[in-house]
Amino acid sequence: MAKDKNTSKKDQNAKTSLPPSGFKIIVREVWRDKVAFVSFCIIVAILLFTFVGSLFLNKSQVTEINIAEAYYAWGESGHVFGTDDGGRDILKLLMMGGRNSILIGLSVTVLCEGVGLLVGLFSGYFGGVTDAVIMRIVDFIQILPQFPIIIVLTTVIPNYNAWTLVLLISMFGWTSTARYFRAFVLSQREREYVLASKTSGSSNLTIMFREVLPNITSALVIDVVLMIAGNIGIETTLSFLGYGLPTTTPSLGTLIGFANDPVNVTTRPWLWMPATILLLIISLSINYVGRALQRAGDARQREN
Amino acid sequence: MWKTVLRRILIMIPQLLILSLLVFILAKMMPGDPFTGMINPNSDPKEIARLRQEYGLNDPVWVQYTRWLGNMFHGDLGQSYIQKVPVTSLIWDRAVNTFWLSLMTVVLTYVIAIPLGVTAGRHQDEWQDHGVQIFNYITFAVPPFVFYILGIWLFGFTLGWFPISGSVSADVNPGTLAYFWSRIYHLILPSILCALISTTTIVQYLRTGIVDNKVEDYVRTARSKGVPENVVFNKHILRNSLLPIAAFFGNTITGLLSGSMVIESVFSYPGMGKLFLDSIGQRDYTTLTALILLFGVLTLVGNLLSDIIMSIIDPRIRIK
Repeated sequence: MAKDKNTSKKDQNAKTSLPPSGFKIIVREVWRDKVAFVSFCIIVAILLFTFVGSLFLNKSQVTEINIAEAYYAWGESGHVFGTDDGGRDILKLLMMGGRNSILIGLSVTVLCEGVGLLVGLFSGYFGGVTDAVIMRIVDFIQILPQFPIIIVLTTVIPNYNAWTLVLLISMFGWTSTARYFRAFVLSQREREYVLASKTSGSSNLTIMFREVLPNITSALVIDVVLMIAGNIGIETTLSFLGYGLPTTTPSLGTLIGFANDPVNVTTRPWLWMPATILLLIISLSINYVGRALQRAGDARQREN
Repeated sequence: MWKTVLRRILIMIPQLLILSLLVFILAKMMPGDPFTGMINPNSDPKEIARLRQEYGLNDPVWVQYTRWLGNMFHGDLGQSYIQKVPVTSLIWDRAVNTFWLSLMTVVLTYVIAIPLGVTAGRHQDEWQDHGVQIFNYITFAVPPFVFYILGIWLFGFTLGWFPISGSVSADVNPGTLAYFWSRIYHLILPSILCALISTTTIVQYLRTGIVDNKVEDYVRTARSKGVPENVVFNKHILRNSLLPIAAFFGNTITGLLSGSMVIESVFSYPGMGKLFLDSIGQRDYTTLTALILLFGVLTLVGNLLSDIIMSIIDPRIRIK
């Protein structure tokens, strides 16, 4: 009993000393972390480069094949990063490919977080049989060989396009999010604010979305950031193997895929090197911001 | 103990059934059937239709499924469309190659990860720890294939230290020492790259374990008995911190199998992952179906191993 009283007092203290969402604190923490701040600036710069750059480009023009201009090296006749086997400008492909890869990563993340959050909320909040059944399904999906199944599906699905790819990756991706939020909700469901809300007659849905959900927003943000980086990795890996985005849609993975040919690796580094470095920088900076958010989030929890 | 293991194996049976059902559905979604490869301008459509009837391809789907499942149990995975040989013999050679690559990678992963984790935990918040943390962050963040590409470019092509493709040189004879050495030589670069990038979780857990264990009473006791500092860390603390890592063993195997596709593709290494990619390029659907089933079963077995190892190490799981 005494312990209960203690924790409730602590909770109240935490509530008065913290703003309604602890998110501001996390942002402040990341702001102080100089490396995280620099990473953040790099992300913004890359977003500007790829998204604003792509605004001035026309897809059919960029992917148009012009054999006469094939394999120009760096800086030859106005192509800063040279051209590929079809005479396409690598710099332009890089902009569009970068944008596409980031967009796919974002879309998969939105879908996975949405589904995962809902499933996690229901599973964690209701517990019991619902939870057991959902978790067995999640377990099972997680042990399926993800890459082979996605690759086979990309070849058998008719009218395969970028959105199909998003759906295919999300089919597997939502499970880890669901598991993550379920654990979080489980830790919240016996808290006093939930019990109080229950006593005052709120419906389960109200409690879930109005009471519990705001408490997991910072966890959501952290998960989103880390997941975007992960999903960009999955899409580019698939495209690199040749089974991601359709060949007509530029992707960083497809550009890096030029390195599958030994001739390109040794004699035409401009084909794959810029995309490799761009992807490297994207992964490192997004993950660093994610990690910094995570650390700040953990620190906030310790304070409570 | 045995009860837990038995129960865990029993849980696997429905999982295997659902997996086989999924793979069967996937196989049905693929175009063609075992006789599509025989069709040519001279073949008689009636003969093909008769063969289809004879092999039961016109039966209800569930009859086909049970027959297919029965064949799987007898180790009959079908004939390859393209190579015209039984799939089992096609997979076997490749599986051996993947096995050696995975084995070497697992060994190297632990060989690299354990000293790193111990150093980081022992020198918490000192420069060694910061160094390991940076390394750990990079392995966590960078997509493996980018790492492999840069590795093969630098050490394979530019410096020329290691071979860039295949599993053995063409000019050595099987059975000789040169042959054995050539195989090892071909494994070194891919397995080191693979191992480096797989260390993340092990290093993280080991570091946390050592940091937590450092302040325990048994450590103080050992120190006050005059046990040298190195022995305290390498024997007393390490042993207790290794427990959670042992459980990763099964998962590590699983991860290697699913990752084999990428590393084998970059190094053109003739393993199962490369076979999968080649088969999909040639639309060799029988081989694909068999490989997906195999990947799935191996993953299940990896998980089973992890759980069993955990229950041996941690009695609390057994009681539950």
